[in-house]
Amino acid sequence: MLQVSLYRYNPETDQEPYMQDVEVDTGGKDLMVLDVLELLKAQDPSLGYRRSCREGVCGSDGMNINGKNGLACIMPLSEALKGGNKLILRPLPGLPVIRDLVVDMSLFYKQYEKVKPYLINDTPAPAIERLQSPEDRAKLDGLYECILCACCSTSCPSFWWNPDRFIGPAGLLQAYRFLADSRDTAQRERLANLDDPFSVFRCHGIQNCVNVCPKGLNPTRAIGHIRNMLLTNAT
Amino acid sequence: MVKAVTSFGRSGLSDWLVQRVSGVIMLAFALVMVCKLGFGGELTYESWKAFFDGICMQVLTTATLLSLVAHGWIGMWAISTDYFTERLMGTKGTVIRLAFQAVCAVVLFTYLIWGLRILWS
Ligand code: SF4
Repeated sequence: MLQVSLYRYNPETDQEPYMQDVEVDTGGKDLMVLDVLELLKAQDPSLGYRRSCREGVCGSDGMNINGKNGLACIMPLSEALKGGNKLILRPLPGLPVIRDLVVDMSLFYKQYEKVKPYLINDTPAPAIERLQSPEDRAKLDGLYECILCACCSTSCPSFWWNPDRFIGPAGLLQAYRFLADSRDTAQRERLANLDDPFSVFRCHGIQNCVNVCPKGLNPTRAIGHIRNMLLTNAT
Repeated sequence: MVKAVTSFGRSGLSDWLVQRVSGVIMLAFALVMVCKLGFGGELTYESWKAFFDGICMQVLTTATLLSLVAHGWIGMWAISTDYFTERLMGTKGTVIRLAFQAVCAVVLFTYLIWGLRILWS
């Protein structure tokens, strides 16, 4: 039997959140954490969490698993437990909890929205498509793969303290994704919007984001690139 | 763009750059002091005074004092805007933050004037 400690909170009935200890029979298999949650949900249908694709593509089931943020669907029990025998599941830290493992992502999306995560190009649209050389396209690798799971931003202390002012690793990775795009013509305005003491510069290089990203991306490096672009433009 | 009127240079980039440059200047000063204290021979009032009367040392020490003020302000300002906020403390967050910033400003300004007086008088 696997011991599980679950963060529970139902604002309609609970005064405050509490940790619930439950047991579940995994049949001795090395299940994914999401499979364990499904078994738990069968035992207690009131348990709330988000999920969709169950293969690390949709980014819905980001949560704090034994102290580290990750996607439940691609996190094997063996890796989560690291030799221990208790699985501890909490919601992503720093965001308001709606219920159990479900958090309110509004602030996270607001920061994402701020970086205008779409191509801006004020030149007339070509007949077919805007072309890009293979070299320019390669600059977007390691950036476009983000699935907006929020594991990185919610593991970042700077984002915990200033989620309304610091864009956070996920948003900044996307900011750089468009700054680095050869087809975008709004580089100057994008940079001007980032040059305040909060949006980018609250990053102190703690690198929790790099440590947790389930897609193996490196937001800290992207933030460094943004800083260098700002520096090049302003000195 | 987030507005911030109490930050050192109003721009995140300039604060970041000032913090790096001032850090390097303070490091240089620290290294000079370590060398002086470690390998500078016997320390007497006269040798110490002569050391600081040299133009190089006066320039370096003044630059270090200015760096200390800038570096200190940027760092303390960041701390105050991380921890003493309305989000964490409600409306009294703003009062505590401004009070904290005022104390830091007074302390740093005092360091500056005091240091300059010692150095240049
Ligand atoms: S950078 Fe990684 S951890 Fe952050 S939101 Fe994107 S996929 Fe998730």
